[in-house]
Amino acid sequence: MNAVPVRGSGRSADGALGRTGAHPASDSGRSGGGGALGRVVRAGVGRRRTQTAVMVLTTLLSVASAVLALGLLVASGAPFDRAFARQQGAHLTVRFDGAAVTPERLAATARASAVAAASGPFAVASLRLSADRAAPPGFAPPPLTVVGRASPAGPVDAVTLTEGRWATAPGEIVLERGSEPPSSGPGARLTSGGVTLTVVGIAESVGESADAWVVPEQLTALAGGRPAALQMLYRLTAAGTADEVTAGQKAVTAAAPAGSVTGTRSYLDVRETARESTAAFVPFVTAFALLGLAMSVLVIGIVVSGAVGAATRRIGILKSLGFTPFQVGRAYVAQALIPGTVGAVLGVGLGNALAVPLMAEVAEVYGTTEVLVPVWVDLVVPAAALALVAATALAPALRAARLPTATVLRVGPADGGGRGHRIRGLLGRLPLPRPVTLGLAAPFARPARAASTAAAVTFGALAVTFAVGLGSTLVAVKADGDPDRGGDVTVRTVALPRGNPDTPGGAVPLPGKPADPAAVAAVIAGLPGTDSVYRTARAQLDVAGLKGGAPLVAYEGDTAGSRHTMVSGRWFGATGEAVAATRFLRATGVRVGDAVTLSEQGRTVRVRIVGEVFDLGDEGMTLRTGAASVAALRARHQPADFAVTVTAGTDAARYAERLDAAVRPLGAEAAVTGESKSSVIRAMQALIVMLTLMLVVVACLGVLNTVVLDSRDRVRDLGVFKALGMTPRQTVAQVLTSVGAIGLVSGLVGVPLGVALHGAVMPAMGRAVGTTIPPADIDVYGTPLLVLLATAGVVIATAGALLPAGWAARTATARALRAE
Amino acid sequence: MTPSEAEPLIDLSEVGRTYDDGPAALAGLNLRVARGEALAVLGPSGSGKSTLLNLLAGLDRPSTGHVTVDGLRVDTLSETASARYRRGRVGMVFQFFNLLDDLTVLDNVLLPAQLAGAARGRAAARAAELLERLGVARHARVRPGRLSGGERQRVAVARALMNRPPLLLADEPTGALDSASGADVRDLLRDLNAEGQTIVLVTHDLALAEACATRTIELVDGRVTRDVRAVAR
Repeated sequence: MNAVPVRGSGRSADGALGRTGAHPASDSGRSGGGGALGRVVRAGVGRRRTQTAVMVLTTLLSVASAVLALGLLVASGAPFDRAFARQQGAHLTVRFDGAAVTPERLAATARASAVAAASGPFAVASLRLSADRAAPPGFAPPPLTVVGRASPAGPVDAVTLTEGRWATAPGEIVLERGSEPPSSGPGARLTSGGVTLTVVGIAESVGESADAWVVPEQLTALAGGRPAALQMLYRLTAAGTADEVTAGQKAVTAAAPAGSVTGTRSYLDVRETARESTAAFVPFVTAFALLGLAMSVLVIGIVVSGAVGAATRRIGILKSLGFTPFQVGRAYVAQALIPGTVGAVLGVGLGNALAVPLMAEVAEVYGTTEVLVPVWVDLVVPAAALALVAATALAPALRAARLPTATVLRVGPADGGGRGHRIRGLLGRLPLPRPVTLGLAAPFARPARAASTAAAVTFGALAVTFAVGLGSTLVAVKADGDPDRGGDVTVRTVALPRGNPDTPGGAVPLPGKPADPAAVAAVIAGLPGTDSVYRTARAQLDVAGLKGGAPLVAYEGDTAGSRHTMVSGRWFGATGEAVAATRFLRATGVRVGDAVTLSEQGRTVRVRIVGEVFDLGDEGMTLRTGAASVAALRARHQPADFAVTVTAGTDAARYAERLDAAVRPLGAEAAVTGESKSSVIRAMQALIVMLTLMLVVVACLGVLNTVVLDSRDRVRDLGVFKALGMTPRQTVAQVLTSVGAIGLVSGLVGVPLGVALHGAVMPAMGRAVGTTIPPADIDVYGTPLLVLLATAGVVIATAGALLPAGWAARTATARALRAE
Repeated sequence: MTPSEAEPLIDLSEVGRTYDDGPAALAGLNLRVARGEALAVLGPSGSGKSTLLNLLAGLDRPSTGHVTVDGLRVDTLSETASARYRRGRVGMVFQFFNLLDDLTVLDNVLLPAQLAGAARGRAAARAAELLERLGVARHARVRPGRLSGGERQRVAVARALMNRPPLLLADEPTGALDSASGADVRDLLRDLNAEGQTIVLVTHDLALAEACATRTIELVDGRVTRDVRAVAR
């Protein structure tokens, strides 16, 4: 077949085809390059800028969020994994009773079936080390796990020295980087039980096998002559899952004398803590990724179907020139794949860019700077997205390919009829302005197109609802997850230094002696405006079955002003009752209603857990109880804080100023209770806003695209309306009403879906960070908010239609009226 | 200002219209049409007939000159004012009818009154009167697609007259009709003019012009080359 120029073959026949004199028969094998098919595809993409932009953006959004979600899921543990592998970290750390087993017998456990390598046994003790000059008065140091180890090297847990040197003689100690107390770098002196130790180095154990190391003979002295506990570090032949680690643990326990194992720790727990700050992002970013993908499929379906529908005549011309059905189909798939590819590439870039700040903290902790999102994620996600794009475009493309040539070339004036005459007739009888009733009736003329618009708006309304819920829950979580922030005014019995910490050559002055709590309490009680007050003091206590113990907050006074939120159970009341944070309960296996034994220097008390309190501080390990419940322990509490609730009508700021002036001479300070700060939550909020905006923009563009198509199809009707005297404002009102009704219905559908998604994602986010989010913080949608959100559909729909409504109002009437 | 009966309904003064860099569609056109006249505009394709009609309808603006209809400077109107002008002072009839296929005949006819915000009862009475008078009342509840070409054009005329416009513009009103239907529409336009309706009729159909028009002009390259008043009809 010879080249046939089709100059002047109609507006729908693309100009590029007419100019080139295409030779389709010689082009069958190519879809791009200089071939006619390539030119048809490129012209199709360039001619439909709005649709192309929509496809780019929607693919960008879905790929970026999918790369981010999968990247975080897969790679957030990577910095830990790399550092752990470098040190041959211990999969299993087991503590044995030194009195029940000999070191020789323990060494033999290295030959247990599941064990690949072992280090130890090392003597281990839990000690409180005080800095001889740096510790502020009144502060009790937390118990540290100190291990007697002659060398940092070994087949397992090859500890890395980051500063100084390893301890080589009694009187020397090496601190683990993560547990290094303030002002205790090399050269600092620490004391425990009358023994003074000099810090000679800082080291890092990725598996957190110890908080400090000394030479083995030193540990015996520190343990006060009692037989020390013994620690063994194991690498297992298989340790990828919790089950495999448990199997290893059972094998080791079986190889040791019965009852000699006093505690075990899996590296998976350490790993989980390491990736916690990023893990919380995964559930909601995944939800956005899935929303983005669904939106991509929908919008690409709408766009390609619309392009095929609007180019019926063009397809006929292509086929009359000799394009095969396969070529026509391929052209339309390619028209979707070009913007899809652009969007996918940009999406990979954006997803990686977003992942960097989120994972930078984790990477920094483990000293890695590698590319954070694995390359396979960067390849697989866009490939899957493009496959989805192609599959979505295929159905309308095949419909285009199968259109009978003769039929499509005979297509006359645009059919303004459509379907749903009866209901449109009824709507026309409504006592509303005619442009409004015409707009209301419009969706019934093209129900399929109206449905696709509705779906785009539904996704938008769903995303907005979900995002508003996420944001509200995060705000609530931030406020409720900090029970230490109570009352209107907080009084600290240790005034913080007011000097400039950056002063050259000058160390930050240490706080002075804590104020006498009784004197402070008397001042508070005597100040006008005081409603209620309670006092809290922190201590670190040993808890049976829990390595390193747990922080305890003891309350004294009227805790009515305490801002606590219960996940289950109730706040403590009677002496002997306590509440605990989620992770404490999980770590100890204790349930609400069970009793827990707390001990300090051989003294013990039992408290009954009466409630699970929502508490994100101290890694969710804090116990809270009345001071009377733990008085028998005579624990060394840190200086107390007072939480004061002011009477109604009292200005908290002024009260705080007066109180501060009154307690300063005592060595205390008072200030208005501040808001909790969380960089993770701030980062989440920023990401949520960004992803939501992108989804809403895509939804608006989806609406814009269908309104553009609709206006194009109805150009003659619009011309007639204008010829009959429809004003531009009436035209805009008609177009906006046509999508506004769809928006309203979509909002009513999208809002409950968004609420449901929020209800599913929030508990998953809580689980990811090892806590339970209280139902009150998840149930954030009040009726007024739901009503407001229901209008989101109308807002999205009208925002998307505003631009094409303006174009419709400016339609060249004279030309439209002659459209054939 | 209320236009006096003595003033022409249409007054075009030195009207020119060019599109981009092309030749002038209209060049220095001066034309006055009195109330009650039926003006037929003849001419070959590209002579400027449609441009003239668009200018009179307020759908286009002249590059030069003034267009005054019923005492109103049409060429200076805003988009909204143009729409109101079309709504109240101009009725339009097209070659391809331009009826809205998804509305019934009655709804099509009612549309101009509804857009103008007319009272429902009064609009319904006027529509019924027009449909009756134009012989299509029995089709009021059907859609235009089921009517013959002639009937559709009668509906289009009814719609154009709904708001009692002083000026009726007709663009090739018989161009898409068979000869019997064409004659039918021809008679209708003649009757309307006989009742005092001012009509501007753009057509290639000499027979239509001769039958309906009280005056005929011929445009060639945007200029009036002939202006003939019918002695008798």
